[in-house]
Amino acid sequence: MLLPRTLSKATLAQLLGLAGLLVAGCQPDADVLKQQAVPGDALPGNFPAPAYTLETNPPDRATFELGRTLFYDPRLSRTGEVSCGSCHQQFVAFAHADHRVSHGVDGLLGTRNAPALQNLRWRRELLWDGGAKNLETMPLAPLTNPVEMDETLDNVLQKLNADPDYQRRFAKIYGKSPVDSYQFLRALAQFTAALTSANSRYDHYVRGEAGGQLSEPELRGRALLTQKCTPCHSTDLFTDETYRNNGLDREFSADSGRAHITSVAQDQGLFKVPSLRNVAKTPPYMHDGRFATLSQVLDHYDHGVQASPTLDPLLRQVGIPLTTQERAALLAFLETLTDTEFLQDRRLAERP
Amino acid sequence: MKFPLSTFWVAAVATALFLSGCDTSKDEDAQPTVGTLDIEMEHVVGSKMLTLNATTYTNPASNEQFTISKFNYYVSNVKLQKADGTEYVQPESYYLVQASDAESQHLHLKDIAVGDYTGISFVVGVDSTRNVSGAQTGALDANNNMFWTWNTGYIFFKMEGNLLASSDYPAKPFLMHVGGFAKPYNAIRTVKLTFPSSNLLVRDDHAPELHLKVDALQVLNGPQPIQLNTFMGVHGPSANAIQVAGNYAVGMFSVEHIHAN
Repeated sequence: MLLPRTLSKATLAQLLGLAGLLVAGCQPDADVLKQQAVPGDALPGNFPAPAYTLETNPPDRATFELGRTLFYDPRLSRTGEVSCGSCHQQFVAFAHADHRVSHGVDGLLGTRNAPALQNLRWRRELLWDGGAKNLETMPLAPLTNPVEMDETLDNVLQKLNADPDYQRRFAKIYGKSPVDSYQFLRALAQFTAALTSANSRYDHYVRGEAGGQLSEPELRGRALLTQKCTPCHSTDLFTDETYRNNGLDREFSADSGRAHITSVAQDQGLFKVPSLRNVAKTPPYMHDGRFATLSQVLDHYDHGVQASPTLDPLLRQVGIPLTTQERAALLAFLETLTDTEFLQDRRLAERP
Repeated sequence: MKFPLSTFWVAAVATALFLSGCDTSKDEDAQPTVGTLDIEMEHVVGSKMLTLNATTYTNPASNEQFTISKFNYYVSNVKLQKADGTEYVQPESYYLVQASDAESQHLHLKDIAVGDYTGISFVVGVDSTRNVSGAQTGALDANNNMFWTWNTGYIFFKMEGNLLASSDYPAKPFLMHVGGFAKPYNAIRTVKLTFPSSNLLVRDDHAPELHLKVDALQVLNGPQPIQLNTFMGVHGPSANAIQVAGNYAVGMFSVEHIHAN
């Protein structure tokens, strides 16, 4: 009993990882090593420092797979019909294809578009209004929302503890029973933290890797994005993680956005700037899914911006005017942010 | 391939044994330097004991009659002050006190540095760091019904109950869920109490008990008095939360007495 107290969990995990590598090293087949890897367990070179560090919850295959089971388990909802994966589908970067707003239990509709789940490890705050401030506790929001999964944390734990398979898997990882909220949230975070999208053609281009060629229009689009769409869509995460009113509406009685969290009048109508990664795959767009195509989004910035007291100063004068050629170049560049490897990674699928 | 790893384990065991051996010999030589303290929370409403649902209370300031159905709060970051200005800071200091759970009203503090303490301070609520630190255990378990899911953070204080009807207004339930750790609605409040008559002596051979009176009436009759009839309640970080926190921080806690034991 002396050793576990002397060594930190992180050190143990490193040792176990080292043991795994050493054992794998004995095998002639390199695929064995690849199978041991957990998606997202390496940080892309072109990304800034993550908010949820690898050391916080060291990626581990069994825990990642347990998190994946939880993510796709509809029993987490009150009715047993809605899983996290119901509204977050891998083939559209874990957004909800063709759904303007979230669909919950009993066919209930939410008020906001289910956002893509990608690169969450780098997010200081989550949800359209930033209400969730840690990746581990974020799932409690959809889980308990009456128009989403409408379940209590207590009931979820009771269901997990009544299931022999979950009991066995949790006990093997955490070494004690019953399954508690800490174990549940930590395991689920192993999966959500693994959703790293960093292998688009653009990524290969900026990292100087094979397959990283961008065409002339795509390069023009990249320059235009830098010129006209930053600082909002800045860094290789393509968001500055601020909250802004981008001029969708003149008043905000339908959804006050960031003000719902801060109770501050100046935050009325502000929403989190979304990443542009995989954006060609994640229609519909905006917090309420009002735009069906990227072309409509560009139309909005070109001539649809509505004035209001909290409209972002960067959009105050005339929005973002774009010529036909500029629009075509921007759309061409946005396509290069599609990460097919991420969208098709079997390890992230409901049935790997 | 496993040889270097086994070598490491042997080294680690040897090191650990060596280190713990040092600790033991040191303990034998030195005088014991820690003691315990039990803090007992005595919940009252004015001059009456707080009993959930069963008792009707009257607020002399507003003449309103009401019952209380829920009374929960966090006590965290407990510190004990000495006359020389130094203080003992309890590590991992988080307690959830609930009127519905008698055991939760006894705070057992262990491993306190021995000394003569002149006062105590604690946070009513949870520090901002732990509000955003992800999954937690014990008092801070998200499954204690003291955590907001839509706006991450702990509910520092919960008081719920019913206002009784009068000739001027109908009966209505009231609900105060206070929390919030960010500007401009940071509801984290620190209560500081000095021991009025005698110091609190923490010794290795004493088990002192500190009895604190916790008067729920002060939630209504603090610096910014609240009339339940017109008060809109508290459901999140807000100006109303600040008002309630300001009230309970000033007058709700007081030192009842100390048993030196």
